[in-house]
Amino acid sequence: MKITQGQFSFLPDLTDAEIRLQVQYALDNGWALAVEHTDDPHPRNSYWSMWGNPMFDLRDAAGVMMELDACRREHGLSYIRVMAFDSRKGWESIRMSFVVNRPADEPGFELVRTEGEGRSVHYTLRSYATSRPSGARY
Amino acid sequence: MNKSADIKITDLRERYRSGVLKYRQMGYWEPDYEPKDTDILAVFRISPQDGVDPEEAAAAVAGESSTATWTVVWTDRLTDSEYYRAKAYRIEPVPGQPGQWFAYIAYDLDLFEEGSIANLTASIIGNVFGFKPLKGLRLEDMRIPPHYLKTFQGPATGIVAERERIGVYGRPLLGATMKPKLGLSGRNYGRVVYEALKGGLDFTKDDENINSQPFMHWRDRYLYCMEGVNKAMAETGEIKGTYLNVTAATMEDMYERAEFARSLGSIIVMIDLVIGYTAIQSMAKWARRNDMILHLHRAGHSTYTRQKNHGVSFRVIAKWMRMAGVDHIHAGTVVGKLEGDPNVIAGIYDTCRENHVSRNLQHGIFFDQPWASLKKLMPVASGGIHAGQMHQLLGYLGEDVVLQFGGGTIGHPMGIQAGATANRVALETMVKARNEGRDIWREGPAILSEAARWCQPLRAALDTWKDVTFDYASTDSVDYVPTPTPA
Repeated sequence: MKITQGQFSFLPDLTDAEIRLQVQYALDNGWALAVEHTDDPHPRNSYWSMWGNPMFDLRDAAGVMMELDACRREHGLSYIRVMAFDSRKGWESIRMSFVVNRPADEPGFELVRTEGEGRSVHYTLRSYATSRPSGARY
Repeated sequence: MNKSADIKITDLRERYRSGVLKYRQMGYWEPDYEPKDTDILAVFRISPQDGVDPEEAAAAVAGESSTATWTVVWTDRLTDSEYYRAKAYRIEPVPGQPGQWFAYIAYDLDLFEEGSIANLTASIIGNVFGFKPLKGLRLEDMRIPPHYLKTFQGPATGIVAERERIGVYGRPLLGATMKPKLGLSGRNYGRVVYEALKGGLDFTKDDENINSQPFMHWRDRYLYCMEGVNKAMAETGEIKGTYLNVTAATMEDMYERAEFARSLGSIIVMIDLVIGYTAIQSMAKWARRNDMILHLHRAGHSTYTRQKNHGVSFRVIAKWMRMAGVDHIHAGTVVGKLEGDPNVIAGIYDTCRENHVSRNLQHGIFFDQPWASLKKLMPVASGGIHAGQMHQLLGYLGEDVVLQFGGGTIGHPMGIQAGATANRVALETMVKARNEGRDIWREGPAILSEAARWCQPLRAALDTWKDVTFDYASTDSVDYVPTPTPA
């Protein structure tokens, strides 16, 4: 399966030139870019590992692309996403998030059903990959 | 104008002599009044009966929506009645509409109970709407001062927290209302939920009139829907939700349904506008206590929002609902099958989403409205929209909106999943193109056609609905500019 988190997961994988245009859009809006990676893609895993802090003072998309390349070299078998943070009053949150790297094989999730009373079912998503230790999953 | 019959009587003995006075004589017309920062302001469109002077009509509206009755009462003299009287302070002719005026009225903060939409509306849209000397009366806009706003909870969740909760940023959310809206069994209904979410939607939705009918009782629906939601989550790795409608006959029933939805792990429940303002505020407080997104379907509103000569503008309803504390509100599509002039819709969307809305007569906004950090209310665009309009939808409505394609998902020739995929691909393609700096307004159809070359479901959607438009004149338009027709 293909995990479809992020803004552009239903499109063909973005080329570096396309990623750069999105980064530039974020910079033009005054947002800070960040690169994050994980080998635990559970949809409620909010905190992927940060590839450094968000790049608050960066003005050039090339800088983000360099960090992304470095992250890919080290974590090429993981999910990597680019995020944009907006510090403006009333937002103070994420404004963009898109996946730019993913493992070749994505085993996906098991839906674990725990049956309860009155026909109710308690659902748990379990990632097949996380049964192995971090670093040995993909 | 200067006749003594038309001005406020200041001699108190004369003022309180038993009998009937004009509203202007009673003191409800104060053309020199400077509204205070703490006043609640309203602008009404008034259509006086033939022979009724517009200033007198404005004064009557101020009177009947605040302290007045039809005759003089001595008991006014037991209070600081001057202070409690609403004051009509300005009238303007409505451009291009002979016989209609905009009447501006100021209400003191002390006329209203804190945090109560019911109390606010009992005055502002109470008896006055049946007042005989007026042919018609429409509440066009209100200014709610921060002093009063801050007595309301505001949206239980808000746009920012909703996005953080479901992990979707930088694009409109996608939804679909389950069809047929009535008649499916619980099991069949859950199938549609699953297919649509698996195909790429973020949300599916009960329709307004799905409650607990003989063909499908509510518990059955919730159980099957949550199976569909969780299956789709496991197969996509995304957070999904379905708006479980908890609308019911009593608050007790609604709480029971909402608690059950929560116990099943649903992230969102929904209510209908017809449950009433107090019930809406109760559910908003419940939603805040229970980390639940609260969707509001505006069932019933067109009975009073659509005609310009009488009723309440939807921008006022949107304002009240942001105060009351819902998280989603159906707010128009411009291009779809339901009423929606582009300028009116822009004013409503700003009212939902901005932290400060400036006076903008072209958008129907009569007052500066600071929102005092009340959370943002997510507008929902629903009703007769399809993938081929994605550039227009993104252009008109922006990014913080739920785009709901019911027929445009479920009616897809290749199936429900394909319908959902077509919408998601069209959306992501258009957002990507916009961010890349392309002129989506002009190039939109070409951008969709490019994507349709590799996405067969999108190709089929474009072919099926390419000529569908709902190009009718709006009945609720703004009078300050000629009414444009959506492209």
